[in-house]
Amino acid sequence: MENDLKDALAARLLAMGDDEAILGHRDSEWCGHAPILEEDIAFANIALDEIGHAQVWYALHAELLGEDAASYPDELVYRRSAGAFRHAPLLELPKGDWAFSMLRQYLFDLYESVMLAKLADSQNESIAGAAIRIGREEIYHRRHTQTWVRRLGLGTEESNSRMQTALDALWPHVMELFRPLSGDATLIEVGILPNLGDVQTVWEAAIRPWLTESNLAIPEAIPSNYTRTHHTKHLATLLDDLQEVVRLYPEGSW
Amino acid sequence: MVAPMLTEKELWRVLEDVKDPEIPVVNLVEMGIIRSVTREDERVTVIITPTFTGCPALHTMQGDIATRLKQAGFSDVKVTVTLSPAWTTEWITEEARAKLKDFGLAPPPRHTGDFELVLVESAACPYCGSHNTRINNTWGPTPCRILYYCDHCQQGFEQFKPL
Repeated sequence: MENDLKDALAARLLAMGDDEAILGHRDSEWCGHAPILEEDIAFANIALDEIGHAQVWYALHAELLGEDAASYPDELVYRRSAGAFRHAPLLELPKGDWAFSMLRQYLFDLYESVMLAKLADSQNESIAGAAIRIGREEIYHRRHTQTWVRRLGLGTEESNSRMQTALDALWPHVMELFRPLSGDATLIEVGILPNLGDVQTVWEAAIRPWLTESNLAIPEAIPSNYTRTHHTKHLATLLDDLQEVVRLYPEGSW
Repeated sequence: MVAPMLTEKELWRVLEDVKDPEIPVVNLVEMGIIRSVTREDERVTVIITPTFTGCPALHTMQGDIATRLKQAGFSDVKVTVTLSPAWTTEWITEEARAKLKDFGLAPPPRHTGDFELVLVESAACPYCGSHNTRINNTWGPTPCRILYYCDHCQQGFEQFKPL
């Protein structure tokens, strides 16, 4: 593989892994705190799935760099500084209330479903195989979170207002998912990655009616000032928590 | 140590001793988790695929396979994980389905690729056989299980999630 292409692919795989790992971590913060026991179990499983998906993309990233696919993902998660993470800042925002977390998960699940459906036809066989694999699990996520969006949107005055507040806060951040990385054009050209503009079109066509029918008003699209290379202050706090043990015991193993 | 003279077919039989760590009544062969076993001189290579990508039992499975093959006399064992082709509940054998049911875990419904369709059908209760059942949660104690409740015999039960 040519160097340009390899660098571009490594960067994209890292961004995909970071999306899943950071969201998985935020989701896991609900473990033991969800509003009801059933939901605690469900959301902890979703968190586990996302972290599993991160491992898949990190492993492909590691193989490309000639690193060990089993141990390198831990290096990436536990030993990188905030500036080296490449996820969309949307995913690092504090978990907020239940409405906020459910809505963010739904926005991301749907983005991921569209992306994975397109990646299933990727010219890169490993990526296509992983996309099919992960895509099947995402069907369960989407079913779950879209139901919550509907339920809270059409529920009580309070649940609707919490959902609307969450949407107003999250909507400016969703565009971060669709902004291409510098090497993406190279990947699109050779059929490894879909055009993110196309992904956004499909995503919007699905998400807008669902939100509207859930009695939620879609805000004007004012993009956030954050990107995959420019994060909010919340990432450092998140990593303080996620990397705490490794920082205290750098040589520890378990 | 010289590796024993076992054919690949016999190796498959040895691997039938390796149980699913979370559902000990079925083995990894009949669950469709072990995809291939090949032998090259002293080395045995086993390829497995996870039921769910985040399956926490994956490392245990890898270790259990290596341990069983070492017991059978192979010192050079390699267990690798593949994601493609993606595991599906359609690979679970009929025999394993019957074992799951006896274990109290409703077997996953058959599907032809679009498993979202079968999710709207009610599962048969593994205890009384009634279809008067409903989903309580699409996740259970592990990612691969759905929690159901049987309104006929008034018992909760789990179903292996169709995938």
